[in-house]
Amino acid sequence: MKKSFLFISCEEAKHICDKTQYGEATGWERIKLALRLSWCRITKAYSNKNNKLTDAIEHSEIDCLKNDERSKIKQQFEKELAKRQ
Amino acid sequence: MAKHQLNPNNWIDLYSDYLFNYTISRVNDRVMAQDLVSETFLAGLKSMKNFKGEASERTWLVSILKRKIIDYYRKINSNKGKAEVRMTYNNDSESEGDWLEERVADPFDKTAEDKIENTELGNAIYDCLSKLPEKQAEVFKMKTILGYDTETICNELNITASNLWVLIHRARTALADCMEENWF
Repeated sequence: MKKSFLFISCEEAKHICDKTQYGEATGWERIKLALRLSWCRITKAYSNKNNKLTDAIEHSEIDCLKNDERSKIKQQFEKELAKRQ
Repeated sequence: MAKHQLNPNNWIDLYSDYLFNYTISRVNDRVMAQDLVSETFLAGLKSMKNFKGEASERTWLVSILKRKIIDYYRKINSNKGKAEVRMTYNNDSESEGDWLEERVADPFDKTAEDKIENTELGNAIYDCLSKLPEKQAEVFKMKTILGYDTETICNELNITASNLWVLIHRARTALADCMEENWF
């Protein structure tokens, strides 16, 4: 099926909505999303939930280990674990 | 029979991020937080025989970590006598009289209550994250918490960009539903 110039599917809208949370949607994509949001309740509900999640994550200031940091801890731990097994 | 059992082979994968997040919010030093988490796992390994199985693995590890954090602060405080507190007030004559105003508490600043709420919110997010499939959780953490760009994650995990966005979408949907149930 030929892709529409301005109208997007619900799935595409959700994908753009996800990208928007990370500031990776282009201006044109955001326009297409805004148009879809103006009439599609499903997209709107998804977008609201998505924004709420982003706000919660930003508000919580959670942190996690980088892969190399975790590997370092894992290596040290596995060495000790091997000694005991 | 004990309600819970220990399986140290999974500790790092299951609890390292949770414990790290718990620690960094209390010690505010990334390297020290890593050391404390590492020490916690090693101490857990040593005292496995003391585990009664009444608490979950994670709760038990957190209780060890709490002691490690207290010890860390004790050690710092034992050096208190050597420490010197310096406060540099502005000597500029133009701002004379302003020094008190500059140091008045900001009413919009974060309060202890905000901090507690943030910590609880962080715990709720981690509880929901722990229910996700491993790959989804990993991609989500790298993208959302560590703020890596798409290309870096794709290279590191050897996945395509469209694959990444599918994983992100699934993770976000599951997390939003879980948070809706437990927090919002």
